[in-house]
Amino acid sequence: MPFVGSFIAAFMPEDARNREAWLASFIAVCGLVVTLWLYPLVASGEVIRYRLEWMPEMGLYFSLRMDGLAWLFMALLEVITLLVVLYARYYMSPKDPVPRFFSFLLAFKGSMVGVLLSGNLIQMVLFWELTSLASFLLISYWHHRADARRGARMSLTVTATGGLCLLTGVLMLGHIVGSYELDDVLAVGDLVRAHPWYVPTFILIALGAMTKSAQFPFHFWLPHAMAAPTPVSSYLHSATMVKAGIFLLIRLWPILSGTSEWTWVVAGAGICTMLLASFFAIFQHDLKGLLAYSTISHLGLITVLLGIGSPLAMVAAIFHTLNHATFKASLFMAVGIIDHESGTRDMRQLRGLLHMMPYTSTLAIIASAAMAGVPLLNGFLSKEMFFSETLHWGYGKWMSVAAIVYGIFSVAYSLRFIYVFFGKPAQDLPSQPHEPPRWMRFPVEFLVLCCLIVGIIPGLSIGPMLHLAVESVLGTQTPHYSLAVWHGFNTPLMMSIGALALGVVFYTVLRLFANLTHIDKVPVFHRFSGAQAYESFFLWLTVGAGRVETWLSTRRIQPQILVILSVAIISAAVAWPKEVKFDFALATKDLDPWFALLWLIGCTCAVGAAWQAKYHRLRALILLGGTGVITCITFLMLSAPDLALTQLMVETVTAILILLGLRWLPARLSPKELNIEVPLTVWGRRSRDFSLAFIAGLGMAGLSYWVMITPKHETISDFFMLRALTEGGGSNVVNVLLVDFRGFDTMGEICVLTIVSLTVYALLRRFRPAPESMPLPAQQNNLADPAIRQTPQQQASVGYLMVPGVYLRLISPVIVLIAAYLFMRGHNMPGGGFVAGLTLAIAIILQYMLAGTTWIEARLILRPGRWLAFGLSVVLATGAGAWLFGYPFLTSHTTHLTLPLLGEIHVPSAFFFDLGVFAVVVGSTILILVALAHQALRSHRQPGSTQSDYQTLKELN
Amino acid sequence: MEAVLAISIGVLFGSGVWLVLRPRTFQVITGLLLLSYAVNLFIFLMGHAKLNQAPITPTADIDPAQFADPIPQALVLTAIVIGFASTGLYLVVMLASRGLTGTDHVDGRESST
Repeated sequence: MPFVGSFIAAFMPEDARNREAWLASFIAVCGLVVTLWLYPLVASGEVIRYRLEWMPEMGLYFSLRMDGLAWLFMALLEVITLLVVLYARYYMSPKDPVPRFFSFLLAFKGSMVGVLLSGNLIQMVLFWELTSLASFLLISYWHHRADARRGARMSLTVTATGGLCLLTGVLMLGHIVGSYELDDVLAVGDLVRAHPWYVPTFILIALGAMTKSAQFPFHFWLPHAMAAPTPVSSYLHSATMVKAGIFLLIRLWPILSGTSEWTWVVAGAGICTMLLASFFAIFQHDLKGLLAYSTISHLGLITVLLGIGSPLAMVAAIFHTLNHATFKASLFMAVGIIDHESGTRDMRQLRGLLHMMPYTSTLAIIASAAMAGVPLLNGFLSKEMFFSETLHWGYGKWMSVAAIVYGIFSVAYSLRFIYVFFGKPAQDLPSQPHEPPRWMRFPVEFLVLCCLIVGIIPGLSIGPMLHLAVESVLGTQTPHYSLAVWHGFNTPLMMSIGALALGVVFYTVLRLFANLTHIDKVPVFHRFSGAQAYESFFLWLTVGAGRVETWLSTRRIQPQILVILSVAIISAAVAWPKEVKFDFALATKDLDPWFALLWLIGCTCAVGAAWQAKYHRLRALILLGGTGVITCITFLMLSAPDLALTQLMVETVTAILILLGLRWLPARLSPKELNIEVPLTVWGRRSRDFSLAFIAGLGMAGLSYWVMITPKHETISDFFMLRALTEGGGSNVVNVLLVDFRGFDTMGEICVLTIVSLTVYALLRRFRPAPESMPLPAQQNNLADPAIRQTPQQQASVGYLMVPGVYLRLISPVIVLIAAYLFMRGHNMPGGGFVAGLTLAIAIILQYMLAGTTWIEARLILRPGRWLAFGLSVVLATGAGAWLFGYPFLTSHTTHLTLPLLGEIHVPSAFFFDLGVFAVVVGSTILILVALAHQALRSHRQPGSTQSDYQTLKELN
Repeated sequence: MEAVLAISIGVLFGSGVWLVLRPRTFQVITGLLLLSYAVNLFIFLMGHAKLNQAPITPTADIDPAQFADPIPQALVLTAIVIGFASTGLYLVVMLASRGLTGTDHVDGRESST
């Protein structure tokens, strides 16, 4: 439900503060009502379960489980959500995009409910990560601020790393137990503790909990998370999310605790956190900073209690979790009000707030007294339980000492906090503070009232619910305890009083003699800055990654190709079949000298092209064409007429394409012409590449030979051969394969053609030739040649191209006819859509070459885009037509029509498919070639030269 | 005949590899064309060379062994057309890169060595 709310909230208008708040409150109230409604059930000791199939084959279920502990945390979550939503309604400025805020807030609530209610460990980790994510989004809510972005990044990195550790730990735990269901896991504590994997599992899970709950040494993210709006700080970073780690530790307490590892890791981290953070808190100047460190230290306290491991300590831990949530959330909200009203949170500026906002100030003072552990408030009770537990600890007295030191520090920072309310009212505040709106104050009032009620009559107010939670964790171990304000004069009380008194003294000393307000750095411990270590680590990581990248990789393409080829050759050499033997006699037995001569020419052409490609591009292109033609002849000889036809056409079009492009490449003179020496390193590189090429060629030759002399195996070809005529309706098996059996493949292929031609068109629209290719080439700039002064049209009709002009115009209908012929017979004889399309395209291109772009476009309207669209639609329609008759996509059908005059003709549905192919081939070829040809028109339009622009215009008209 | 074809494929392939390793864009496009000839021939010859046995079936009842293998032919036909498309694309990218960077080096800038 919160997730749905989050989705709805995201789409509300920017200024819908009230509607957003109503929506969020409605969801929170629903949650609260459901939770309260479930109380009798939970109170009767029952565990409520709900289970959905998720991935049952992997033992994963979406399961919900609510026992006393989950119920208590749920109730806390729902109440705080309601209060925070109410508070945020007034806190958020009308200028802030509220939908985003409430949407994230509700998403967080949903994830938190997921963590609390998950009955499956994996599912819990999933929601756990979601809370991290929601926290990240909420901290970076004011994403224009650098500190918000930094804080958000830091919190996500730390908590998500912890989340990964947790996931690993949970997976190991699941492996030990054999199930991820919480019920099963909780039942086998002894097995887990005795397992050899216990220590790593426990450490990983503890890492997850400690990062989430900001325990030393991962505490540093929480103060930076204070860049979030205050409702978020009070909600996520004091009352709920940071408690998730604590919740996890309590949850798994029955199975993981009771070992010395547990005590040392958990209690050790807790003590360090508790003492360091409370010490840091004293030296903060920012109200929120102070509260953040205080939160960390209280979390540390709870962790210590869990680490102690006795059942009574567990009671104290749960109790303190609740108490801390109430007083700290109210303090954060009070600070938010102060910030909102006075415009600053700096304790060095704020003074005498009691005079300006007496009501809020009183509430804040009571709450901070609860934080310091003053009697009659809830903080006192749990702190006293803590003191008495430290006395019973089995590992010596120093725990009690640490507890007293902590008490002193917490009193000192609480005094520091309270100090802002007294004294003469400050005059230099950014704005004049006054009491906030009635309902903004209500959440604070409510929470402070809770502090008082719990503090005065604990047994009646919180007692039953606490008992419920404790019982669900401890089961039969539940100790006898009494929640009372007065236990008589005993050691814990003495410790409390001592800590209070010493705290006041310590603070006064600091204030009067150590000039507290002017200390910018925390004495001694400022070097232990986790944030600094974090930043340095990431800097090091980035720099290191950069180094590795430069060391291992390159942006140059040649070395990359070299590596790829070498790897290919090496792997081929490793996998080389041993039994291949070259039998010279067999190879030369039926040698056809003409065929050998043919390929002698082909090979010479290829080597020549390789030789000339650098300095004589035209020569290379011609030689390349030679190889192409030889390939064509080979196809023709070796029973592949379709291939030969297509290869020939493609050869022609490619040659024209490249010729059109040659003009834009830079002139390249050989070193001989330039009179420079080729350095030795270049020769080295060339011989390396040459040997690689030689080995590759040799390998390829060997491989081909091996393939050819290996006897033929049974293939699916026979199937196609036998079915082509009967089922495909055509006797040209290759064509039937393309348009029928493998029609889907061909459809993909023509899509590729279309995409390529459109890409070419788009690239050339923005094409800017290099400046030195802009002027007319030397060959066209020779004044002695009369053709220079003629337009292409004149050249073709009266100039030097007159004879070819007449001839080419005469044969162009013939070429079109040939195209039609090749197309029509394609299904039964060599030919088909591809060849026909290319032939038609060549007919059109010949006219372009002859008379120039301007002339031809004035007479022939070509719309390559429409050809493409038509072709693709026909292909799709043919394919989809099969659906009408209840067959799968692209099923073909053949009929024979008897037409007057033409007689009986053969009309397969593949005919229309081939028509589409034909249209696409024509369209894309024309589009590419015309786009290239148009560059010649553009090039005359040199920037700044109006004369040539004028000429172009005249040419176009 | 097999030996001639094998050697030719090797020569074409070797020349192609050499060219693909060169620094100039035009050399690379020439190399790619040579490589595609070699590879197309190779795929085609996977069906074994047969003289005058084009896969055109006059009647339904035939012996498939009497005809050339149609599958490699269909594959190569597709390969030729796709090769044409990629040549066109490469050519235009080559021209655009030359216009943008002012050089016809494959890296878009002259190498420092």
